[in-house]
Amino acid sequence: MTQDLSVALVFIVYAMGMLITFGTVLTWVERKQAAVMSDRIGANRAYIRIPFTQVKLVWWGLFHGIADGLKMMLKENFQPRTYDRIAYAIAPWVVFTPVLLVFAVVPFGGTLDPGRLVPALADWFHGRTYPMQIARLDAGLLVVFAFSGLTIIGTMLAGWSSANKFSLLGGLRAGSQMISYELVMGLTVLGLILLFGSIDLGAIVRRQSGIALGFLPAWGIVYQPFGALLFLTAAIAENKRIPFDLPEAESELIAGYYTEYTSMKMGLFMFAEFIEIAIVGALFTTLFLGGYNLPYMNDSGFAFPGGATIALGHAAVVVIQLVTFLVKVMLVCSFQILVRWSLPRFRYDQVLSFAWKFMLPLALANLAVTAVLLWSQQGGRL
Amino acid sequence: MTKVSYRRKQYWNEPTLSLWEQAYLPEILRGLAITSTVFLRNMWRWVTGRKGALTTYYPEETRADYSPINRGKHVLTQRPDGSPQCIACNMCATVCPAKVIEIEAGFDPADAAHPKFPIRFEIDYSRCIFCGLCVEACPEDAIRMAKETPHLPSADRHDMWLGLEELLAWNPQRDVAKPYPAKGGADNTGGPA
Repeated sequence: MTQDLSVALVFIVYAMGMLITFGTVLTWVERKQAAVMSDRIGANRAYIRIPFTQVKLVWWGLFHGIADGLKMMLKENFQPRTYDRIAYAIAPWVVFTPVLLVFAVVPFGGTLDPGRLVPALADWFHGRTYPMQIARLDAGLLVVFAFSGLTIIGTMLAGWSSANKFSLLGGLRAGSQMISYELVMGLTVLGLILLFGSIDLGAIVRRQSGIALGFLPAWGIVYQPFGALLFLTAAIAENKRIPFDLPEAESELIAGYYTEYTSMKMGLFMFAEFIEIAIVGALFTTLFLGGYNLPYMNDSGFAFPGGATIALGHAAVVVIQLVTFLVKVMLVCSFQILVRWSLPRFRYDQVLSFAWKFMLPLALANLAVTAVLLWSQQGGRL
Repeated sequence: MTKVSYRRKQYWNEPTLSLWEQAYLPEILRGLAITSTVFLRNMWRWVTGRKGALTTYYPEETRADYSPINRGKHVLTQRPDGSPQCIACNMCATVCPAKVIEIEAGFDPADAAHPKFPIRFEIDYSRCIFCGLCVEACPEDAIRMAKETPHLPSADRHDMWLGLEELLAWNPQRDVAKPYPAKGGADNTGGPA
């Protein structure tokens, strides 16, 4: 009982630390990657001076994130004269908390055996193993979609409770966009669920450690390339990033539904958006890119297509899996940043017709084709 | 009255999308390929030690291609004996739109041609807009502007007032078209020789 609790606490600390670090690092990555993409240097003037010396650490502009955080905290915090003060106060938290909660069901590593890892604790654990997820739920994917739906409420609350008609419009647009793309996101993964036969994210990752077509790793993107593309597009739209960011179009609407928020409340909105970039990366990695495993790897080592295997010790496997997960999430986040800085913005009616008239039929067609192929592979019987 | 039908002007590019462009995704991928190529090229340059950006990292670096007629830091021209040609007429201070020039005039009775001279001539570079109106207004070609403004950024705005010594000495220029007699000599109104 205490063993389970302690392991769960370690996982929670790791996950929260990882997400918050990702949020801050992603602000830096966004600025620097955007700068390198546009022949610029990026922001690198913020420095920390080591006390009692004249040594100034610049570290490629990493401290600009700290400077931004300090600025957010130290700004004047004024409130518009709105009668709905409770909604105004809790809206940032309603947006921020579910983004962290979604990560509860995402597996960031394989099965952890603390007894083998730390031999001194072997008799305390009695050989229990723990899959590296905070919550081992059978309905993992449903929980993901349920929690992402909560952020919609926060967004609309923010737009409603600012005493500003333009924020209200921004909140309405954000809400309708997020609801549309939530639906599309759910439909795009149906083909994958059909193939892997489960909505438990841990099971989906474990089933991606096999071999497909004789030589490819059995990743989701190999089985469902079109579904992967649709899911990534719908997830980017859900996160209200460019090219779908008209609710918060920076050069057009000031800030959309969070115009009337200052200092740390707006900091929470921005931070939630950046953590959600990491969440989208984590979901895409888990569903389509093989999760925390390298190609052809499973919990006990490698199993290559020709039959060759490499067995690895448990500590090595755990470390490789943790690092691989982080690297893959980072790559998907970089891809999102690339898309953000390359594509023009959709107009708002184009955003909605893109969801309902273009992506929804395509997702259903993807599901139909997958179902037909699966049925024909199973011998044509129902 | 006969009705003239309006004929749309012929544009150089087609306003309608071709089928390939309407498919949207190939053009998106082409755009992403262009930007990721630029990203990888610049990252390669950074990683191999060169500068992977076109930015001039001001003020540590400056560009070398300023135009020769660019308006930069002011130069006070000198007479052959090193004193400023400025006669403290205050025309530059009057015309300055940002009112950054402060002049205090002194009187030298020994010099018949130009009795007035500046004992204090200061320009506030934190507010100067580098318009060049002072250069246009000066009747004596006593103030010019060089093409660069070295060491303009400063951490303290009190540092950015430049006085007579710095403006005279940093880029010494003389107008050779004005030969001056010795002080107190025959009257010479000054002007091109």
